[in-house]
Amino acid sequence: MTLLSVRNLRAYYQTEAYGISRTVQAVDGISFDLFPNEIYGVAGESSCGKTTLIKVISGNIKHPLKVLEGSVIYNFNGYQVDMLQISEDELRRNVRWKQISYVMQGSMSVLNPVRKVIKTFEDIVRTHEGITDKKKFLEQTRAHINRLGLPTDVLNAYPHQLSGGMRQRVAIALATVFQPALIIADEPTTALDVVVQRGVLHMIKDIQAMSKNTVLLVTHDMAVHANVTDRMMIMYAGRIAEEAPTESIFNAPLHPYTQHLINSLPMIGEKTTRTSLGGSPPNLANPPGGCRFHPRCPHVMDECRTVVPDLVTVKERHRVACHLFKEDSV
Amino acid sequence: MSTSEKLLDVQHVTVKFHIGGLLGGTFLTAVNDVSFSLESNKPEIFTLAGESGSGKTTLSRVLLRDLEPTAGRVLFEGRDVSTIRKRSEFIEFMKKVQPVFQNPFETFSPLRRVEAYLFDTANNFKMASNDRDAARVVDDALRNVGLSLDEVRQRYPHELSGGQIQRVSVARALISQPRLILADEPVSMVDASLRMEIVNLFRKLRDEKGVSVLYITHDLATAYYISDRIAIMLRGYIVEMGPVEDVLERPAHPYTQLLKESVPEPAPQKRETWARHIELGATEVKEYGRIGCKFAGRCPKVMDICREADPPNVQVGQQMVKCYLYSERGEKAAAEAQP
Repeated sequence: MTLLSVRNLRAYYQTEAYGISRTVQAVDGISFDLFPNEIYGVAGESSCGKTTLIKVISGNIKHPLKVLEGSVIYNFNGYQVDMLQISEDELRRNVRWKQISYVMQGSMSVLNPVRKVIKTFEDIVRTHEGITDKKKFLEQTRAHINRLGLPTDVLNAYPHQLSGGMRQRVAIALATVFQPALIIADEPTTALDVVVQRGVLHMIKDIQAMSKNTVLLVTHDMAVHANVTDRMMIMYAGRIAEEAPTESIFNAPLHPYTQHLINSLPMIGEKTTRTSLGGSPPNLANPPGGCRFHPRCPHVMDECRTVVPDLVTVKERHRVACHLFKEDSV
Repeated sequence: MSTSEKLLDVQHVTVKFHIGGLLGGTFLTAVNDVSFSLESNKPEIFTLAGESGSGKTTLSRVLLRDLEPTAGRVLFEGRDVSTIRKRSEFIEFMKKVQPVFQNPFETFSPLRRVEAYLFDTANNFKMASNDRDAARVVDDALRNVGLSLDEVRQRYPHELSGGQIQRVSVARALISQPRLILADEPVSMVDASLRMEIVNLFRKLRDEKGVSVLYITHDLATAYYISDRIAIMLRGYIVEMGPVEDVLERPAHPYTQLLKESVPEPAPQKRETWARHIELGATEVKEYGRIGCKFAGRCPKVMDICREADPPNVQVGQQMVKCYLYSERGEKAAAEAQP
């Protein structure tokens, strides 16, 4: 059973001003599935379309972002939701926060600085479920906070009184009040120190293990993926370059871009020279034809310049979009 | 060894900031009794590593003479930089010590062509007498970073990639032919596939141009990759310092041990150590104001004496470690604690 299935999704930013129109092909033909009880990683460099992909699958499609084609279908234990058709009202009442929640990068901008943390919990619960019994709400919130291993004191603190790591963990606690089926975490630890990052990621892993739901973890940090995710995709210029279980991505990467990415990671205890890819990530307003990686690829062939490679399954659960690989050729 | 053989000699530098109202308030010691030096005849990459709020950037401001230390002094080529008063001497100092900053898109104005900065630098430091000379100087500097004047001419910052623009800012720093480059988080804003080109560039500058680099970062993996020596900072103190292999492969200070263990390794088969649970503080711990070792509140090996006075600097092998675990007094205290 799949939790989410995305098929051939194309989402572009289209702007028009003074007669000049501009299209940014941020998500260009992406298909993938999410299953219950897994941590799925999305990796890629800045402006490769990671955040746009999340915007679409979480139902935040606002001008100038436009979905041109494709489908985004959820199945929450029999409750089917077509994200591209659902009304804003139903999305707010039944899906957002209850089934899908979103942890953002800057926890400071999520928590209201002039309200105590408990009040923020109250706001969210009131909006999505309504509070009839204040005492019961307080009890449940305390129980929830304790289950996640946070001290109850944080509820009565203002955000500025908490450390950065604790604020981020409060944001995660807020996102999980209704035990959603899918937690989307967009760069949840990017601005944090390594020790704090470790604590926050442990919490995400613990929550997932406890409630057996799905976590979609988006980060550019490959080392985080290596330690947290079960499966992952590598995005390059709006498309999936490779998707596989995390161990295969690191131990047997197939796509030349993935291979380069893995080989260029510095490690403590390793001083051999790491090289950088030539060129730079393409501009998505005017991407190169064929395979978008071809101008930087060390194995480039003629067909790469003109034909877009399909994402083919080369091994069990291992898909790659590269002309070097044909279906079941490995 | 006399001080004149040192390129940079930082002696017991302390910086205190006043926090609070006009009357009263408290002091925050951002840099606390920091000493280290770089040799003059042996170019090296020296890393200052630490988490946010450890005093790395404050220290770099002192070294750039942007901030006066509250106590201690900084000698550059044997001269106390605080005695530099004349403008001509200051220009001479700036020529030899050049900064590279974190975010190249903020360093350059988006409304100005990048080459304008390069020509300004060449003219301000009188590296060239006319425009043609300046073009040659600028082109030379750009060639050192794998670019050329033709590639950047007429371009605005947004027309270059993150890696390219950061290389331009290194090239700008090279124009005056400095002896020391201060690079404050130079790769944290650069994409992974381009990061190594900047990092390798610093290596090349050390090996081929004899430029020393003071690399300031929170990223221990790139620090290990490029540096010769490293100093780990915690709340204003250097808690451990030594050759990078020793410090990061066999960390002696409990804080360095925790830091190293918390760096996720890009290897899924080695998840266990990283996955071991740790305690995080709920509120911003007031580690600055703490008496004794700043790490005492989080240290798994804490002893009573750690909370009483600053730990001494102890030499352990090649490393300098600021910890009671390795001092005689600490050993005595540990022995008394276990009858």
